[in-house]
Amino acid sequence: MDLSLFLQYLFAGITYGIIYAIVAIGFNIIYNTTGIINFAQGEFLMLGGMISISLLHFMPLPLAIAVAVLITMIIGALIEIVFIRWIDNPSVLRMIVITIGISILIREVALHIWGESVRSLPYFIGSSVTSVSILGTRISPQVLIVIGACSVMVLFLNFFFKLTSLGREMRACSANRRAAILCGINAKNMVTFSFMLSAGIGALAGAVMSPITYSQYDNGTGLAIKGFTVAILGGLGNSLGAVAAGLILGVIEAFSISFLPLAFQDAVAIAILLVILFIRPHGLFGSSEAAKLKEF
Amino acid sequence: MELFKRYLPIAILLIFVVGIQLLASATDTAYYLTQLTMAAYYSLLIIGLCLLMGYAGQISLGHAGFFAIGGYLTAALTSNDLSAIRETAFIQLFDKAGLLVERQSLYGEALLNVHPWPACIIAVSTAIIIAFILGIPVLKLKGHYLAMATLGFGIIIYRVVLAAEFFGEADGISEVPPFQLFPGVSVNGDFTNRVQNYYIAWGLLLFGLVLLLNLIHSRVGRALRSIHGSEEAAEAIGVNTARYKLYIFVISAAFAAVAGSFLTHYNGGIGPSEASVMKSVRYVAIVAVGGMANLWGALIMGIVLNFMSLRGMFGTYDDAVFGVILILIMLFAPQGILSLRVRNFFRKEEKDS
Repeated sequence: MDLSLFLQYLFAGITYGIIYAIVAIGFNIIYNTTGIINFAQGEFLMLGGMISISLLHFMPLPLAIAVAVLITMIIGALIEIVFIRWIDNPSVLRMIVITIGISILIREVALHIWGESVRSLPYFIGSSVTSVSILGTRISPQVLIVIGACSVMVLFLNFFFKLTSLGREMRACSANRRAAILCGINAKNMVTFSFMLSAGIGALAGAVMSPITYSQYDNGTGLAIKGFTVAILGGLGNSLGAVAAGLILGVIEAFSISFLPLAFQDAVAIAILLVILFIRPHGLFGSSEAAKLKEF
Repeated sequence: MELFKRYLPIAILLIFVVGIQLLASATDTAYYLTQLTMAAYYSLLIIGLCLLMGYAGQISLGHAGFFAIGGYLTAALTSNDLSAIRETAFIQLFDKAGLLVERQSLYGEALLNVHPWPACIIAVSTAIIIAFILGIPVLKLKGHYLAMATLGFGIIIYRVVLAAEFFGEADGISEVPPFQLFPGVSVNGDFTNRVQNYYIAWGLLLFGLVLLLNLIHSRVGRALRSIHGSEEAAEAIGVNTARYKLYIFVISAAFAAVAGSFLTHYNGGIGPSEASVMKSVRYVAIVAVGGMANLWGALIMGIVLNFMSLRGMFGTYDDAVFGVILILIMLFAPQGILSLRVRNFFRKEEKDS
């Protein structure tokens, strides 16, 4: 394998990896405030892509993406208010089944609105053949946009949770819900907000990746599985771990194409998930001491 | 008296089954029997899953995978032509044991296949072995982790059948021959065999049901209920929880594989959609609607919902209907849809025995 091909694979791996990381962070945000894994997380990416494609008929690209993100955030909030908010102390099994039901519902609605056809946004800069040269290899600028946008999101979230008071309140809820309520934080609103936030970052990632990966009504499930793999790999709830794990999984997947048929690419990620679940359910970067306190 | 009470509902069900067949044949609506036959096979899987979810308290989002293992192996072994590799030692061994049959395809070509009986046994044993190997590590997980691990297993099976030429890729496998159980009795989708197949399917389902009912009223059943209540407490009083969970996982996988194997012969083929995640989710939905720890609920809802779905009553909203059902049941009636009165009747019976 020469250097140019190696870099091609590497960039493809990083692109997918950072998208997986965004999905994983979406899982983490909701998991941290509620203890729920939202099985409908992948659908937010699908919605972000699909809605911005439809809006493109009426408005310029940046505005279409912004409105799509906003709409998806509202959908995220509605899901929480309608299905989650008023259930007291739900069992894990019940929440799994409800969020799976929600993901089916979103997918079926999308199927009836947009049909089965594969769509995509146009390339943001130039066309599908435009490329820039990096270290002697040709890379589409869209790849750099995806990597850039996702990195900015990761940084933004990091600052948001550390520096803003809203972010701090959300962290307080995840650390100790009861204590947070006693301090006067409205925990229920924080949960709604966490759904909006993970819907928003999902939708933005879904829109910027759309020119490369295409959007279809059912591509949320695959992303959710990969995202979950990454979330576990990085330690559930640990967002920086998720970025590292996302890049690892993306690169492994990209290089697996060179010795496995394309059809088995998904199987590689899932096999990694199973192995990780069996040997290190607390993730590569999680502490095994802390893991003993959690339920797997 | 106890046994009488346990078997009374089964006797009533038997009368229903015979009654429906007589009614359908008498009123010239025998085509309903086709969907009822298929619904019975799906329900066989569903009561197995009910045992796992409701009684052992373990979710599985990968049961379509076991169904597909049963169905696809049956289809591949009985339909893929082996004559090209007839001389290899492995196939020779099969031949010597008399497990191969020669038949003609629809176009008159000579085919060399595995006989349906050994094919079925191989398919179901493979599912059992895979369930066993998978179950040991998977069942150590709980909650979300267990759900995702079983979901991952289901997706791997889906990808494999979709990508492997041996399993017909996206087209699946068609022209699966009939399964001759005994001389004169065979599982196939022929019009002339409709009534016979209806009774084969329901016979199998009732046999499975009796098996499971006896199981949950035995020592194993009591151990299971203690696991469902609290795994720690069960462990503390000496119940080997890991072993019981594994048993039940394997039993439910075997039920799924048997259902897959028979239904493939009945339909004369199988496609990759049978292995899809949506199918697994649908099975979970039906168990949830029936009320989790309620074999009769799972059985009744399995028949009713599958029958409606197979008759095309939900149109293009087929999957959406199951999604909505899933959400509504879990939000408003996590104990299942069957009214409390019906449940209490069965509850009382459980307490007495």
